Amino acid sequence: MKLNLRVWRQKNADADGAMSTYEVDGISPDMSFLEMLDTLNEELILKGEDPVAFDHDCREGICGACSLVINGDAHGPERTTTCQLHMRSFKDGDTIDVEPWRASAFPVVKDLVVDRSAFDRIIQAGGYITAPTGSAPEAHATPVPKPDADLAFEHAECIGCGACVAACPNGAAMLFTSAKINHLNVLPQGAPERETRVLDMVAQMDEEGFGGCTLAGECATACPKGIPLTSITGMNREWLRAARKAGKR
Amino acid sequence: MARTAWDSTVGKKTVMAVSGLIMLLYLVAHMIGNLKIFFGAGEFNHYAHWLRTVGEPFMHYEWTLWLIRVVLVVAVVAHAVSAYQLSRRDIKARPNKYVHRKPRASYATRTMRWGGIILALFIVWHILDLTTGTVHSGGFETGKPYQNVVDTFSTWYGNVIYIVAMLAVGLHIRHGFWSAAQTLGAGSRTRDRALRTTANALALLLTAGFIAVPVGVMTGVVS
Amino acid sequence: MTSYTQYTTGEPVADTKAPAGPVHERWDKRRFEAKLVNPANRRGKTVIVVGTGLAGGSAGATLAEQGYRVVQFCYQDSPRRAHSIAAQGGINAAKNYRNDGDSIHRLFYDTVKGGDFRSRESNVHRLAQISVEIIDQCVAQGVPFAREYGGLLDTRSFGGVQVSRTFYARGQTGQQLLLGAYQALSRQIAAGNVEMHPRTEMLDLIVVDGRARGIVARDLITGRIDTYFADAVVLATGGYGNVFYLSTNAMNSNATAVWRAHRRGAYFANPCFTQIHPTCIPRTGDHQSKLTLMSESLRNDGRIWVPKAKGDTRPPAQIPEDERDYYLERVYPSFGNLVPRDIASRAAKNVCDEGRGVGPGGQGVYLDFADAIRRMGRKAVEAKYGNLFDMYQRITDEDPYEVPMRIYPAVHYTMGGLWVDYDLQTTVPGLFAIGEANFSDHGANRLGASALMQGLADGYFVVPATVNDYLARNPHQDEVTSDHPVVQEVLAETQDRINLLLSVDGDRTPDSFHREVGELMWEFCGMARTDSGLRKALERIPQIREEFWRRIKVPGTGEELNQSLEKANRIVDYLELAELMCLDALHRAESCGGHFREESQTPDGEAARQDDAFSYAAAWEFTGTGEAPVLHKEDLVFEYVHPTQRSYA
Repeated sequence: MKLNLRVWRQKNADADGAMSTYEVDGISPDMSFLEMLDTLNEELILKGEDPVAFDHDCREGICGACSLVINGDAHGPERTTTCQLHMRSFKDGDTIDVEPWRASAFPVVKDLVVDRSAFDRIIQAGGYITAPTGSAPEAHATPVPKPDADLAFEHAECIGCGACVAACPNGAAMLFTSAKINHLNVLPQGAPERETRVLDMVAQMDEEGFGGCTLAGECATACPKGIPLTSITGMNREWLRAARKAGKR
Repeated sequence: MARTAWDSTVGKKTVMAVSGLIMLLYLVAHMIGNLKIFFGAGEFNHYAHWLRTVGEPFMHYEWTLWLIRVVLVVAVVAHAVSAYQLSRRDIKARPNKYVHRKPRASYATRTMRWGGIILALFIVWHILDLTTGTVHSGGFETGKPYQNVVDTFSTWYGNVIYIVAMLAVGLHIRHGFWSAAQTLGAGSRTRDRALRTTANALALLLTAGFIAVPVGVMTGVVS
Repeated sequence: MTSYTQYTTGEPVADTKAPAGPVHERWDKRRFEAKLVNPANRRGKTVIVVGTGLAGGSAGATLAEQGYRVVQFCYQDSPRRAHSIAAQGGINAAKNYRNDGDSIHRLFYDTVKGGDFRSRESNVHRLAQISVEIIDQCVAQGVPFAREYGGLLDTRSFGGVQVSRTFYARGQTGQQLLLGAYQALSRQIAAGNVEMHPRTEMLDLIVVDGRARGIVARDLITGRIDTYFADAVVLATGGYGNVFYLSTNAMNSNATAVWRAHRRGAYFANPCFTQIHPTCIPRTGDHQSKLTLMSESLRNDGRIWVPKAKGDTRPPAQIPEDERDYYLERVYPSFGNLVPRDIASRAAKNVCDEGRGVGPGGQGVYLDFADAIRRMGRKAVEAKYGNLFDMYQRITDEDPYEVPMRIYPAVHYTMGGLWVDYDLQTTVPGLFAIGEANFSDHGANRLGASALMQGLADGYFVVPATVNDYLARNPHQDEVTSDHPVVQEVLAETQDRINLLLSVDGDRTPDSFHREVGELMWEFCGMARTDSGLRKALERIPQIREEFWRRIKVPGTGEELNQSLEKANRIVDYLELAELMCLDALHRAESCGGHFREESQTPDGEAARQDDAFSYAAAWEFTGTGEAPVLHKEDLVFEYVHPTQRSYA
C-alpha cells in the first residue's frame, strides 16, 4: 500500500505546530498503525530528519499510552486503541491525517505526544481506597455480590488513554473520572470514602481545566474499552448524593 | 454546599437540569392553555383572565401569576447563566480544533447552544409581542389575548419566528430532557430507552401543540 | 571474543540473610530479627524506587506509608502504564478456598519443581506464605476480582496445576492489580510522601563508599540529566526480554537500570534463563515490532497440529485428517496439548525447523478449535474464549471459529536478573532488586500466574521490611551531594555516552541494530541452544557492538524529547547483556527449565538436568565491556523438595 500521511509536527510545547505531509510506500495491510509510523520514522532517520514522536508502549491495547487522532477519530476508525488498529482498515492511496489529542488540559509536548498528567492528579485526589499495606482483613470477610463486582470491573477496565477527552467537543474528562468513581464506589470496600472521593475527584477535574459534559456521547463512542455513557450518570448521582450529605453536615 | 455546587461543573449542570425541568413543566401548562384557542374567543379569554385570579381569595389578583413569573425568571436566568459559564469553560477546554473535521462531533452540543440562544431571543420577542404588546403588529389590547394571538399569526414574520422557535424548543427538549435525567443521575442502562422515548414524545407533543396555534390561524380554523 | 569466554570462577556467593531452621519459620524469624527505624526518624530517610509496576508501585506506596521519603521514577508518562498491566491470566495464592488440597507448602513445592530446581527454597517458601496476604491486600484496595454468585472470590486452575489457586479479573488481572498499586501510590503522592518523576529514565547508579546512594536519571522531555540521592535504592525495572527485539514485553521495557547496576558491582544471576511462551500470535513480516500473547488457557480445548508433509501450503480445511500431525498428542500421549510451556514451545520450533510450519514464513503451528466447537458447541467456546478469539481476529483478520488459529512461541519473561539475597538486596549494599528485575523465585522456569504474585510479594511485604532493617543498621551515612567526585564522574560518564551516541552520525538506525542482535539471540540463545551456536553468537556480538559505535545514527539533540536517543542508549546495554546471556548459556551445559541445551537431552529428546554439575545459581561479576566476567556460584540446597527429573511422556 502507498499512503499519504499528514502528521502534526510540533517541536516542543512552546513552538507552533503544523501538519506535514509524508508519503509512505510498501505498507502491508497486516501492519499495525504504529508499525506503519515506525516505517516512516526509519526512513526519516536515514534522511537525517527528525522522526515523529508518539507515545506507545505495550502495543497490545492495555497500557493506554498510544494516543493518536486519526482522520478526526480518537484511536482511528475502529473501536480499539491505536496500537491495535491495523492498516487493513485503510485503502491504498488513502490520505490519513494524524493529530495529537486536543484539550487544554492535555498540552502537546512534542509532535503527537501530549501531557496527560492531569489524569494522575485526578486519581491522586481520591481515586483510591485507603488500605495501607498490612491492614487488610481476610479477603472473604466481606462478600461482594457478583453483579456489583462485575459492574466495578466494567468501570475498572479504563486504561486512562484519554480518548474520551480527545473525542469530547468540550474536552471533558467526565468519562475517565466517572469510571474510577463508579469502580470504587460500587464496592463495599470503597464505601467509607464514597462522598469525599466523588467531591474531590470532580473538583480536581474542574481544577485541571477540563470542560463540562454536554452528553454528546462522543467519549463513550471513542472509548476503546467500552466504558458506557451511563458511567457519567452514575457519577452525577454519586456527586448529588455526596453534595446533599455534605450540605447536611 | 451551595458554594461547592455552583463552583463545580457537575453542580452547574444540576442547576441547568432543575431550571430546565421547571421550564419544561411550565411549557406543558402553557401549551395546554394555548390549545383553548380552538374553543373560541370566549373560552380562551376567560382562561387568560382566570390565570390572574388563581388562588383567590387567598391570593390577591395576579399574585399567583407573578409568583410563577418570578420562578420562571429565576429559572431562565439560572439556566442561561450556567449555560453561558459552562460553554465558556467548554470552549476554553478545547481551544484547538482538529485539522481533520468531523461534522457529527458536536451535533448535540451545538444544537443546544444555538437553540438556547434562539430561544432566549424568542422569549424576549414573545413577551414584547403578546404580554406587553410593545412590538405587537396589530392594535394590542390588554385583556383580549385571543385577538392579539390572531393578529400575530396573521403576519408572515410572526409565523416564521414562532414556528422556527418552536422547532428549536423541540430539539432543545429532545436532548435537554434526556440530558437533565443523566445530570440528575436518573439514567441507567435499563431506563435509557424509556428516557429517550419520553424525551422524544415530549419534544414532539410540545412542538406540535404549540405550532397548532399559528397553523390554526393560517388555515382559518382560528380567526 | 576469545577472551570473553575465558571467564574465571571466583568465591562462591551465598545468602546470609535467611535464618536457619524450619523453612516455614524463616520469614517470621527474619522479620523479628530485623532492626526497626524509629518512626520519627523515617521522614529523614530517602528511598529511591525505580519503576512503578507491580513490584515498584507496591514498594513505593508501602515504604511511603511506613514514613520514608520515597523518590520514585518511571519512564512512562504515568506510573499506571508499567508493563505489569499487560499480564492476563491471574495471580496464585495458597488460600485453599476450594478445599482442593492446596496449601502454602503445595504452592512452595509446585514453584520449586516448576522452576526445575534452580531456585532458592527459603525465598520460594516465603513467596508462598505471602501469597495469602496479597489477595487480602488487593481486595481491600478494591481490585475487582472475579466472584461467584455467593459473592465470594472465584478461582481457576492455571498452567497445568492440579489445584484451583489462581485468582483473576477476567483476562486483565495484571491491569487490575497494577491499578490497585498505582492507586495506593497515588494516595502517597497526594500526601506528599512520594515524589514521583514520570518520563524520567534511570541511566546509572551512584555507588559511594561501596553503598548505593543514588541514581543518575534523564528527564525524557527536557533531556536534562540529573542526580538523585538516597539512603537506599530499590530497582523494580522489570525483565530484559527485549534483548530479543521481538517479545511480549512493552516496546520501551529495557535492561538499562539493571545492567548499569551490574556494571557498578551488582552480580547478575542466571541471565540465560528466559521463558518462551508457546501461544503467541505469529509475526506477519519484517515490520513486526512486538508480539502479542494469547492466554495459555487456549491449550485446554484447542488441538495443536501441523501438516505431515513438508511445505504443504494448502489451506488448513483442505488438509485431510490423516495428513495432519497432532504432534504434542503423538509425542506426549498422557499430557497432550497441556505439556509445560517450555516443552510446547520447543516442539513447535522443531516442527517448523523441519519445514512443516504454517503461515507466512512457515513460523507457526495450528491451534484448532474445530473439535471443541463440535464437542461443546460454538456458544460454549464463545463463552469460554470469546475475548481471546476477538483479539486474535482483530490482529490477524482471520476468524478462529472458521480457520484454525496460528500460534508461535515468543519471549515472554526472564527468570534471571540481579542476584539478591533473602532480603532482596544485591551484592551492592543498599541496592535492592524486586520483581522480574531480580532472579530470586522462579529458578529456571516460571509457572503461570506466579509473576504477579512475586512482584506484589516483593513490593508490598518483603522489601519494605528488609529496607527497614538495612536503614536501621546503617543509621548514619554521610550526606552525598552533587559535587562529590564519584557523582561527578558518574554524571560525566552518562553525559559522554549520550554525546557520543549523538555524534557518531552514521548510516544505521537504532532499530536496525536492535533487530540484528535480537535475531541473533533468538537464533542462538532462544528455545534451543548449542555450544557451537552460542560460540557463534559470542563471536558476532562484539562485532555488532563495534559496528554500532561506528554506524549508529541518532537524529536530534539531547536537550529535547528524543525517542531515537532513548532507544539507542538502551541498545548499548542490550549489546553487552546479550553477550553475558550467551556466556551463561554456554557455561551451563545442562538443560533445565527454559534453558535447553541440545547436548543435554534424555534418549527420548527431553531436557536432561545435571544436578551434580549445575545445581547452583550463576552470579556473574562485571569486569569491563567485552572482558571475561567472574562467575560466583551460589550452591542450591534442597531440604524440602528433592530434585527429580520431569517427565511428561
